[in-house]
Amino acid sequence: MNQRVKEKLEILSDAAKYDVSCSSSGSNRKNTKDGLGNSSGMGICHSYTEDGRCVSLLKILLTNHCIFDCAYCVSRRSNDVKRAAFTVQEVVDLTINFYRRNYIEGLFLSSGIFKNPDYTMERLVRIAKELRTQHKFNGYIHLKAIPGASDELIHEAGLYADRLSVNLEIPSEMSLKKVAPEKNYGDVYKPMNYLAETITGFKEEQKAIRRAPKFAPGGQSTQLVIGATPEKDLQVLNLANDLYKKQNLKRVYYSGYVPISSDERMPALKQTPVVRENRLYQADWLMRFYGFGVDEIVNDHHPELDLELDPKAAYALRNPERFPVDINHADYEVILRVPGIGVRSAKKIVAARKHGKLRMEHLKKIGVVLKRAKYFITCLDKDFIFLGKQPELIRQAFLQPTRSKVAANQLNLFA
Amino acid sequence: MILTYDGTFSGLLSVVFEVYRLKITVSKIVPEDEWQSNFFDQATYVETDSAWADRVRKGIEKKASKKIANTLYQCFLSEQADISMLLFNFIQKLFDSPSDISDNYGDDTVLRIHQIKKKIGREVHRMHAFVRFQRTKDDIYYAVIEPDFNVLPLLPKHFLDRYPAQKWLLYDSQRRYGVYYDLHKTTFITFEDDERLQYRQLNESVLDQSEPEYQILWKSYFDSVNIPERRNMKLHLQHVPKRYWKYLSEKRQQF
Repeated sequence: MNQRVKEKLEILSDAAKYDVSCSSSGSNRKNTKDGLGNSSGMGICHSYTEDGRCVSLLKILLTNHCIFDCAYCVSRRSNDVKRAAFTVQEVVDLTINFYRRNYIEGLFLSSGIFKNPDYTMERLVRIAKELRTQHKFNGYIHLKAIPGASDELIHEAGLYADRLSVNLEIPSEMSLKKVAPEKNYGDVYKPMNYLAETITGFKEEQKAIRRAPKFAPGGQSTQLVIGATPEKDLQVLNLANDLYKKQNLKRVYYSGYVPISSDERMPALKQTPVVRENRLYQADWLMRFYGFGVDEIVNDHHPELDLELDPKAAYALRNPERFPVDINHADYEVILRVPGIGVRSAKKIVAARKHGKLRMEHLKKIGVVLKRAKYFITCLDKDFIFLGKQPELIRQAFLQPTRSKVAANQLNLFA
Repeated sequence: MILTYDGTFSGLLSVVFEVYRLKITVSKIVPEDEWQSNFFDQATYVETDSAWADRVRKGIEKKASKKIANTLYQCFLSEQADISMLLFNFIQKLFDSPSDISDNYGDDTVLRIHQIKKKIGREVHRMHAFVRFQRTKDDIYYAVIEPDFNVLPLLPKHFLDRYPAQKWLLYDSQRRYGVYYDLHKTTFITFEDDERLQYRQLNESVLDQSEPEYQILWKSYFDSVNIPERRNMKLHLQHVPKRYWKYLSEKRQQF
């Protein structure tokens, strides 16, 4: 047993785990007859850690040596941690052997910056290239685009990787400067914009020429650290919305700040803001799959997400004039806005009502959460005793069973 | 009338054909080996006829879609006690209605079919996720499964797409058959004596010498990516119910 590889693996996966991106979906790489692996469509979570997060990729840093000193980062120069670095061969070997045993969907490779950005990026690219060309590996590869690396290297990375990501980390430039004085938004946006443009360009090309090469077919993503700096949800979600619209990002990840750092530039949080993180993901889903505009979720009157209610329920209670919704006639988009009805249920409703009008009992069987939906809908039934209630009363009803739990959580958070 | 068949999907579709051909009123359909005759009930055995089965399948595809025909096959593998009759009822509804009723989620039969299909899909997905191959001395990647439903026939395609250049064997230790890929084709296989195949963790003497090392590396990777500050066992169990832990070498305590 190579004890050294095991130790490196422990150090460099421990250092990589605060990057929450785990997705292995959204790409479309087919296998070849003598190749290894594919990454077509749906992602697979091969395991789950005890914190409930999915393990889909071999997520490691190439090294945790770093010339930067960002307060939020466990690998910062001034932090006293064990340092290690993989060789190219070691990463390739682990990826191939884990993949063959069906442990993983592929590789997520990030790195601390050693020497300079180009030097670091060049090694990440080399690993991806070796996997793709020498080992005919067609599984998922997610690479970090290192801010400050040359366009040429970023470009080459895109030819081998399924997804690339550049992390903004801190949701405003002002805060970023405070916790990471060596960084600025311009450096991060530069590779992001380059990727956005190139990905679009290659897609156009693929429409014209079927066998055109792929460039990061799984798109690009980024991560925002939540709770380490004072930005409100309004700012966070508007930033995310911009990133989806302008940079065409596939995903924005929100990572509740884990108080790993004893750096005095960081707040002394007792606990990771997991509830807030969860609400942000729900809001993100509303923007991407439910047709919500960002200002319908947060705005100047409501700059923070309601921690006690999911953002769709909060929206419904703020806009009682938009309800009730007639399940048997309303458009799909309108049904999708009802609390307790998700994408699947909404689609089933629209399909089933062609065959006959629906009642509450049908909705229940289809999978609608009536406990929430009943305050906002009408259907073929005659009695709607739950309609016209004051939003405050509905809110009470929503909170009843879990109230004490949520309150306890929040108290801990800010204690 | 009570009808029995050979327990295959083609057999069941042959029953459907026979019912329409002879205009029979059916009270019950059961696989022959599950049928227990008694004094009052007499069962009639319907011979499997692949041409008939094919015509019924085509009929389903025409009236609904290929996807629904596949859905019915997947539901058939669920081994639910009344699955033969449920599938028959669905097909009858489909054939007797002027329109395609396969998305009428307001109908109990239709809805149940979709619910069972969802369960099967979930189990297939879990097999894609939780299978852990062990490399043997003769270079076969080997894994034992005990799925909740008889989903083995649905698995080869996925693993074939992924691993066309390595030999692999998936063995259902409960239903006592497996599927083997020899670099050319996949074959369903049974063993007269499968005692050794019952063990999830193969003996070190038959494993490739690097195998234990990778299992340990994987376990140490799994342990170090956990964030203890975020421990959430409820969520963990929701994703990996305890009955699947046996598959996961990383959850084993001893190495």
